[in-house]
Amino acid sequence: MRIELLYWEGCPSYPEAKALLEEVLAERGLAGQVEMREVLTHEEAVALSFPGSPTIRVNGRDVDPAGAGVPPGLTCRVYVLGDGRPSPVPSRRQLEEALS
Amino acid sequence: MTVAETAPAFGLPGVDGRNHMLDEYADAPVLVLVQSCNHCPYVLAWEGRIDALAREYADRGVRFVAINSNDAEAYPADSFDAMVRHAREAGYSFDYLHDASQEIARALGSERTPEAFVYDADRRLVYHGAVDDSREEERVTAHYLRDAIEAALAGEAPPVAETPPVGCTVKWRS
Repeated sequence: MRIELLYWEGCPSYPEAKALLEEVLAERGLAGQVEMREVLTHEEAVALSFPGSPTIRVNGRDVDPAGAGVPPGLTCRVYVLGDGRPSPVPSRRQLEEALS
Repeated sequence: MTVAETAPAFGLPGVDGRNHMLDEYADAPVLVLVQSCNHCPYVLAWEGRIDALAREYADRGVRFVAINSNDAEAYPADSFDAMVRHAREAGYSFDYLHDASQEIARALGSERTPEAFVYDADRRLVYHGAVDDSREEERVTAHYLRDAIEAALAGEAPPVAETPPVGCTVKWRS
């Protein structure tokens, strides 16, 4: 299983997303498998179809497919939680479903 | 970037179709400027609380003004038209102004969205930083902005004068 976390340093949410992801992975005995990739330029964001930071992909599939289609760019990504609230990080449930 | 110790003069277009100048808020005993934008998830998480404070303190003359300085060419979600739509959809009770030149963001010394600047009646900065200590409302334990407004209304120094703003970076033009 390939797990990537793409991030942009200008958005402060990726450490929280990484910690949550590692927690969920540890529960499944998959600790230490996160590939971190920093996105540095707009051109790189376009090339990687990076819709914002953080973006987490499991075997190439975004953990939030609905939010993956926004125009790529160096920005903070908006996730929508189960109760409709916006969040800068995906929910635990989104990660769990992506890893199941 | 150095944070402005006094409120910078401005004249900026608002989503209400009017131009707004610093002087028009002269009667307010406290003026709260919030560096903001449309698309940042941290703004989206906090804007409801900012609006609730604006409504709560309106009767006491406190004025809130949000300013969006993000580069709308690189980030079309922050265009003026998008601001008009966002303010309407979010039901903002406060003025929401467009700083297309980014001059006011630079004058304020802004770095993040959202980032609050509280000025007393003499428009001296009494608080700068985060709205409170958690983007998740149910986890808030410190109400920095509320406490600063209350202190300023009482003519006192706030218990906390500065906190690190938490949010997206201001999107500067290259």
